Amino acid sequence: MSKKPNKKNDESKRDFLLVSTYAMAGIGAASFVWPLIDQMNPAADTLALASTEIDLSSLEEGQAITVKWRGKPVFVRHRTPGEIKDAREASMDDMRDPEKDSDRVTNEKYIVLVGVCTHLGCVPLGQKSGDVKGQYGGWFCPCHGSHYDHSGRIRKGPAPTNLAVPSYEFLSDTLIKIG
Amino acid sequence: MSKAKFKNPVVKWIDHRLPIFSFMDHELNHYPTPKNLNYFWNFGSLAGIALVTMIITGIVLSMNYTAHVDYAFDSVERIMRDVNHGWLIRYIHMNGASFFFIVVYIHIFRGLYYGSYKAPRELLWILGVLILLLMMATAFMGYVLPWGQMSFWGATVITNLFSAIPLVGESIVTWLWGGFSVDNSTLNRFFSLHFVLPFVIVGVVILHLVALHRFGSNNPIGIDVKGTQDTLPFNPYYTIKDLFGLGVFLTIFAAAVFFFPNFMGHPDNYIEANPMVTPAHIVPEWYFLPFYAILRAIPDKLGGVLFMFGSIAVLFVIPWLDRSSVRSSQFRPIFKIFFWILLADCVLLGYLGAMPAEGIYVILSRIATAYYFFHFLILFPLLPYIEKTKPLPISISEPVLSGSSPASAFAFREKK
Repeated sequence: MSKKPNKKNDESKRDFLLVSTYAMAGIGAASFVWPLIDQMNPAADTLALASTEIDLSSLEEGQAITVKWRGKPVFVRHRTPGEIKDAREASMDDMRDPEKDSDRVTNEKYIVLVGVCTHLGCVPLGQKSGDVKGQYGGWFCPCHGSHYDHSGRIRKGPAPTNLAVPSYEFLSDTLIKIG
Repeated sequence: MSKAKFKNPVVKWIDHRLPIFSFMDHELNHYPTPKNLNYFWNFGSLAGIALVTMIITGIVLSMNYTAHVDYAFDSVERIMRDVNHGWLIRYIHMNGASFFFIVVYIHIFRGLYYGSYKAPRELLWILGVLILLLMMATAFMGYVLPWGQMSFWGATVITNLFSAIPLVGESIVTWLWGGFSVDNSTLNRFFSLHFVLPFVIVGVVILHLVALHRFGSNNPIGIDVKGTQDTLPFNPYYTIKDLFGLGVFLTIFAAAVFFFPNFMGHPDNYIEANPMVTPAHIVPEWYFLPFYAILRAIPDKLGGVLFMFGSIAVLFVIPWLDRSSVRSSQFRPIFKIFFWILLADCVLLGYLGAMPAEGIYVILSRIATAYYFFHFLILFPLLPYIEKTKPLPISISEPVLSGSSPASAFAFREKK
């Protein structure tokens, strides 16, 4: 653009007009772009499917079941007294993500975990009787070799944190609701 | 290409190797534009913005849409109810189609009034008609995707037009459907084509712009630019004018999206497609109504289809049908009157297309259809022999300066 007339007198007024115009245009553009981005977030019907109930009455000691919650596996294992003892007494000094077993369970007989390795999202082994359970007897992720203990805590391997505990509540002694 | 001076060293470095900044500077900044353009020259850029809006909202909608007869209708309802801001995005897309046509129709009538199709802008005009055709195909297929009653029966009726072709008609329709009725295969291919055709439109729009920038815009008095005293640099004069027009357009568009989103739609399309029941009164979207009226005006299946496609085909050749060398209607007193008659005729055809095909409506449709073709095929070539045109001004600057527009006079002074 060429020279502006009366440059000195008009300068501050022009600056103000320009800045306020750009600011309004920016706000307008952002408020148009936001819905386009936000539509990729979970929709209302996806959020509405966010809870699952599990009946534990047929789950014997030592057995485990896997249920689907929010498109991901949730592990529930009915722990034996020996496994509970292991989980309670394990030294937390050498743990990567130290956490007490009692903070990770509501009823110590049942451990409820999101069955997704905290490394890169594979599903760890250990739910079926023949599965490899890893050095600490809990779960073992076959993708990159993370070992989890009876409380789902990371003990060895690349995963940075313990298996997540979903929010859940006991509706009765043998019925839990996840989410 | 003029050598633009850039201060930023990165821009300089890139521009030396890839002169994209020189190109933009030349085509968007310095681009000499006739200084007497009125607001009817806003509609080209508005059409471009409408196209971009449709593509952006369309890509976003396709992330949430399922192209299957069992899920399509529900997936659109899910967009309306569950997807975050889905109602807004769909209403923008739905009304955006209508507003795109409004803008393009005004753009076309602007071209007809000011003779923008005449030499040397014949190809510019032809590319524009091609864009109109592509838009119609895209809009039609897009309307099928929600899989409501109007979607289904609109698709059935329009694809059946091709059955009018002698000998191979039935085979062509079966080929279009991918079956023996409009069904899942049809829906899938329409989705695919509805997705890809807008990008074809973008390509033709680029050609349209290249052709436009070859000789620059026509102008309200329709005479050629004689030199720099007749033009203004596009930026800031026309960027500001276009942006102001855009503000007005977006205000009206937003009013429709937020307050009357279903005004231009049909309630029947909120009923899921049912191949067993045809709605009582099938009407296409408003922007197809004039063509629909022409289709129904002809009491013969093949004839109706030919006249309907002919009504668009004739637009391709009007640069050669109009024999007058004077572009703008301002200097063609008789042509000007007939222009308004044509506009009224097209509006009447639109009204008739929405009415039931019976009684007086059929007769009126025939008269209106006859006038439409008379206008282009007889009036355009013959009028120049009868009409006495007004004297043309010497240059664009002359009427601007002798007129009473102080802003243009100021612009002229500053330029000097």
